[in-house]
Amino acid sequence: MSTERNRYTEFRPRWYRPKMSTWWWLKRWSSLAFILRELSSIFIAWFIYFFLRLVHALGRGDAAYREFLAWAASPGIVVLNGITFAFVLFHAVTWFNLAPQAMVVHLGGKRLPGALIAGANYAAWVVATALVLWIVSR
Amino acid sequence: MMARRSIEPLVWILFSVGGVVAAMFVPVLLFLFGFAYPLGWLASPSHAHLVAVVGHPLVRVLLFFLCTLCLLHAAHRFRYTLYDGLQLQHLQELILLVSYGGAFVGSVAAGVLLWQFG
Repeated sequence: MSTERNRYTEFRPRWYRPKMSTWWWLKRWSSLAFILRELSSIFIAWFIYFFLRLVHALGRGDAAYREFLAWAASPGIVVLNGITFAFVLFHAVTWFNLAPQAMVVHLGGKRLPGALIAGANYAAWVVATALVLWIVSR
Repeated sequence: MMARRSIEPLVWILFSVGGVVAAMFVPVLLFLFGFAYPLGWLASPSHAHLVAVVGHPLVRVLLFFLCTLCLLHAAHRFRYTLYDGLQLQHLQELILLVSYGGAFVGSVAAGVLLWQFG
């Protein structure tokens, strides 16, 4: 049966592809959280740039190191680092909370509970933080 | 015919390792050098001490891995989920260039800086 709607055409048929809005992730908190976590990637890249500037300044001498600290204390950089810190913490917490889903550990034929795996990650975080504090400020 | 090996699994493993490294070490480093020392919350360590720390070969290797893995993690996350999520597929070439190209340039810069340090 050929109707007006499905008659033969020599062109490629139009597929049904629902168009998603670019802003679909604003509608629900869970999807907004997803996009925010993805955005943390930009801030991690900024941190590496910031950190390499520190290494560069250290290599150039004491005056350059003081200059770096003064630059890092300027309002614009402090605000940017504040935003970066929030995003990095968000990345860390969601990453550790997700660890039980990513790591399935069996011990003695039983699956270790997720809380234990997340807890181990948080414990490692505390140890890593203490280690860096000790090395840097010793 | 043999199936072509894909590099994707390796990139995803590096993404995960980078995610762990970023979560473990970036908060404390950013807290110290982004706030505590510049703003005077804590007495900043002397230049000589930090040079001795960064000058240690093992620290330099670890810092190189920190930079490279974090940059790869960021590049991969930026490339995949962000451009899928924000429907930016039409910008694919540009996003690939900016993300992996940026990670590559940053890693080389980190390598040169740390290699020549001191």
